[in-house]
Amino acid sequence: MTSVERFDAGARQRVGVRGRTFVRDDELLRHPVYTRVLHWSVAIFFLLALLSGFAIYTPWLFRLVTPLFGGGPMTRLLHPWFSLGFVACFGLQFLNWLEPMTWTADDRRWMKHLKNYVTNVDRLEPDYVDFFNAGQKLYFWAIALSALVFLLSGIPMWFPRTFGRTAVGIGYVLHDLAALVMLGGFIVHLYEGTAAQPGTFRSMTRGAVERRWAWTHHPAWYRRMTGRDPRADHDRAAESVRRSEPGRR
Amino acid sequence: MPTGTLQIKAISGHSGSVPGRGVQREEEVCKYIDVTTCIGCKACEVACVEWNDMPFQQTTFDNTYQTMPSTAWNYWNLIKFNEHQRDDGTLMWLMRKDQCMHCEDPGCLRACPADGAIVQYTNGIVDFQQESCIGCQYCVSGCPFDIPKFNSTTKKVYKCTLCSDRVGQGLEPACIKSCPTGCLRFGTKTDMRALADARARQLREHSGFPNAGVYDPPSVNGTHVIYVLHDITKPEMYGGLPANPQIPVTYTVWKRVAKPIGLLMALLAAPVAFFHYVMEGPKESQPQPPGQDVPR
Repeated sequence: MTSVERFDAGARQRVGVRGRTFVRDDELLRHPVYTRVLHWSVAIFFLLALLSGFAIYTPWLFRLVTPLFGGGPMTRLLHPWFSLGFVACFGLQFLNWLEPMTWTADDRRWMKHLKNYVTNVDRLEPDYVDFFNAGQKLYFWAIALSALVFLLSGIPMWFPRTFGRTAVGIGYVLHDLAALVMLGGFIVHLYEGTAAQPGTFRSMTRGAVERRWAWTHHPAWYRRMTGRDPRADHDRAAESVRRSEPGRR
Repeated sequence: MPTGTLQIKAISGHSGSVPGRGVQREEEVCKYIDVTTCIGCKACEVACVEWNDMPFQQTTFDNTYQTMPSTAWNYWNLIKFNEHQRDDGTLMWLMRKDQCMHCEDPGCLRACPADGAIVQYTNGIVDFQQESCIGCQYCVSGCPFDIPKFNSTTKKVYKCTLCSDRVGQGLEPACIKSCPTGCLRFGTKTDMRALADARARQLREHSGFPNAGVYDPPSVNGTHVIYVLHDITKPEMYGGLPANPQIPVTYTVWKRVAKPIGLLMALLAAPVAFFHYVMEGPKESQPQPPGQDVPR
């Protein structure tokens, strides 16, 4: 066990004892307290940094967005600190999720069937999809990479006299690219976590998801958690739904 | 200039000529600096500090006559002293008055993201409006002459105003008024350019400076502060005057074209997500209540 892993395990435990998650009998624990606190800390700093950053990004947004933060100078003053908050929280979340986010051969398989996923052709996810699917992992790694680019390009922009014109000029472009990747990814993330898949949002608020949700979207994880066959459980549930509504046939 | 901006162009129902027309034949102003006749007296430095009512600042001594290493947020005008050895071994002591060049295409203004923090007047003066400045310092990187200076207490950027407050009242800038040798002059861009060209020709033909010329760099569409130099081929020897001042491409192409397009592309994710929901519907947990997929 490396010191990083020990730190992460310790943090999980220390935060875990403070909160609680109520899991109904027809539910599974999806995200424990530590994960939820981290996710929303990252989300809050992300939104603040995103909004304050886009206020300075283009003159179209300057007059519209800067009043949210108390005017232009205050927006500029706060932006790097919001960003440092984001980087710090995301660093912890990175450690927390490094293991389930590891890219595997199953993820390559999943990406080949991306079209079926997007067009809702398959009602049930392939049985190899574990805690996170490849799309979620892709978003995680895109955020991790752009957070690094943000940090490395943002520091010269924060202290232009120290780093010089060239570093700032290059940093300016990289910073924008990272922002656009994050903005696009964030919009998709917001959609997938709410309207696109009913029953998902509560995993990050209450922490628990319905078993139905688990065998539909993450069958391999369902199998690991319950020791049961996700496809068999789904078929049994489907059968009982059919029998309870005989009038429709 | 009030008289310049309020000059009447046409009058309704008026038979005679428009009064006042032709009083001002050119709006663009220019500061002329003849480096070859500067004696390094620093009267212009004092005049600048006095007129602009700058607070006292301690300087550092680094074995030169120069007041301080570079201009500062409260020191906009600095004579740069440089010792230059010519090919024949003789020494030239070069003194160049360093301040904002008031570019026709200002890099600071292009870089600035804050609405109204930098303005360019029709007379060519580029002026910072500190009440709108957000302290991001993009102008510091945008300027090819390293002129805008950040005050970490007020979190604002400052530089030479070409005494826009004096020029607006029909006066010359404070530095011009104080110059004892006449190496500083102020007037219209056309007049100052003609004067500079004449002086450079004089230097080339009569004073033994075959490379003498006028520094009015076309890469920023000319400047509203021009120099007469002994050697126009080596402007760098006058304390780092760039031969080819450039605005970073990231502040031109990127800011004007790529940024808005990129933003629209990223925001495209929102309508795509919305219409995905409308067309494909949500991915429900299974089993759903009995039913069937209906094409269309």
